[in-house]
Amino acid sequence: MTTTGFLTDSTLCIGCKACEVACKEWNQLPDDGYEWSGHSYDNTQALGHSTWRHVKFVEDTPEPAVGGNLGEQLPAWSFSSDVCKHCEVAGCLEACPTGAIVRMEFGAVFIQPDICNGCSYCVVSCPFGVVQRNEEDGRAFKCTFCSDRQRAGLKPACAQACPTESIRFGPLDELRDQAQDRLKKLAARGIEDAVIYDPTETSVEGIHALFLMRGDPRTYNLPQQPEVPTIYQKKGWTSAVIAAGSMLALALLSFLGESK
Amino acid sequence: MSHTGGRVPDYESERRLAELRQTASQTGRVEGKGVAVQGAPFPQASPADGYYGIPLLKEPQWKKEVPLYFFVGGAAGASAIIASSAGWLSADRDLVRKARWIAAAGSVLSAALLTKDLGVPSRFINMLRVFKPQSPMSMGAWTLTVFSASSVSAALANFLRAKELSAGPLILLENGSGMLAAASGLIMSSYTGVLIGATVVPVWNRHVGTLPMHFAASGLNSVVSILELMGHEDNRALNRLALAASAYEVAQGVAIESKRDRVNRPLQKGASGFIVRIGGLLSGPAPLALRIAYAVTGNKKLRRAAAVSSIAGSLLTRFGWMSAGKASAKDYALPLRPTYSKPEAPIKLHERQDRAIKTSA
Repeated sequence: MTTTGFLTDSTLCIGCKACEVACKEWNQLPDDGYEWSGHSYDNTQALGHSTWRHVKFVEDTPEPAVGGNLGEQLPAWSFSSDVCKHCEVAGCLEACPTGAIVRMEFGAVFIQPDICNGCSYCVVSCPFGVVQRNEEDGRAFKCTFCSDRQRAGLKPACAQACPTESIRFGPLDELRDQAQDRLKKLAARGIEDAVIYDPTETSVEGIHALFLMRGDPRTYNLPQQPEVPTIYQKKGWTSAVIAAGSMLALALLSFLGESK
Repeated sequence: MSHTGGRVPDYESERRLAELRQTASQTGRVEGKGVAVQGAPFPQASPADGYYGIPLLKEPQWKKEVPLYFFVGGAAGASAIIASSAGWLSADRDLVRKARWIAAAGSVLSAALLTKDLGVPSRFINMLRVFKPQSPMSMGAWTLTVFSASSVSAALANFLRAKELSAGPLILLENGSGMLAAASGLIMSSYTGVLIGATVVPVWNRHVGTLPMHFAASGLNSVVSILELMGHEDNRALNRLALAASAYEVAQGVAIESKRDRVNRPLQKGASGFIVRIGGLLSGPAPLALRIAYAVTGNKKLRRAAAVSSIAGSLLTRFGWMSAGKASAKDYALPLRPTYSKPEAPIKLHERQDRAIKTSA
């Protein structure tokens, strides 16, 4: 089957949160309570076990100059709908000890809820901070890429509900081309600070949920160098082998003097 | 002359107000009595602070059972190694017996602790659905399974042998399963360092190259001390092992303390830093000094004190590393850096405001 993906275009997002609502309704997710974060219009704050789409509100308000004049820089307000990246090399999938986390036929990373035993190792293995254990339920949850809908030939709920095509869904290769086209169109209009977020140069080797935004992706909490933690294992196991060897040698040497 | 209360302005009060005004205009924020400036003014989204300073990574959701398991499992694993080494080379049968029982009891307790921490404990068995070398958690589950089975059967064989039942097959069983327990015990006492080291948590993956050795030394230190307190305080081999482990812990402590940057901060500052430091002192310098003093004076009280210190230090060390990991995951600035394992000057929250003031001036 074709590998599908998301292209979330921040330059088209109007911050309506239809994706968040559609995701919660389709996937029957619990609410997150009603708390004021104080961070612009965002009271959800981060992705988590009950939040699989999350609209970020980035306000850029320049310091007023003398006399209240804002000078050359104008205030800007941009929105971006965050989601599980469905990494090419996924930290959560590598770490899962039960085999509950699998790769679906269309490339999505999926947690099988009937297998997960809630060990929460995936939580510390996700370089994007997406997966979380629901402490009431006990299991870990994240975006399923609407695997159920995709299998029925439908778009994921968030993409279906998006009124501005800010969330595009389709074959991943085509989306990569579309993102480049969009970048060119924006540049032609004088918007030259737009970038595509697709970390293919790291150990994550690319993601299935691409992002297009203006400015630095770190402003949207997207890490510059996301790494799959599997890369640390070689060093770790080497140290474990040295530890085991030294411990055995020490134990034998220590008791050697105490012969029978 | 009115008595409506209040103060009379004087030189000092006006000087203080001028000082506040100056600080505010220079730095954009003022520290003062009863005013928590932490997080104030509200952070803005920026490349340095990320999205309003909201942590990008998720905090480890392991509870107290997991560091406790690191302690118990580490000690039990090292105990199996001592049991086999002593069984092979030493005449002290009582030491072998006790070490076998510590390994067996520890393995059962380990399994219980690990199961209790699961979100769905009844699904522990799902850990054995797959054998997955690229997952340290999977390797750990399999190791624990082999270790529990072999250390329990070695302890039972040892018990039956003492009852002088058909010795031949029992010796074979004890030695065979004892060897298996020692082999899996070597992994038990060190793999937990790989488990937490190979994660996205900055302070853990920074130390992935030493954590397995650190935890192994800590496990050895604690079980040797437990055996000493169980009546083997004259055993020279145990004292040698404890000396080596404590010396290693001193080196580990120096290594942790010598590098001061934002990644290492949870090991040095705050509540987690306090636990790590106390744990380090009780595992390394304190027992080492006490054991040297014991070697000089021959006073057994000193050796017992060293043993108690090592056990407490080992336990605190695991809790310290766990809380350091939680603090590290909450540090929003670390994963935003291009290569966050490299030391850099700490980023200040109000750096952006400073820049803005400079531009407008």
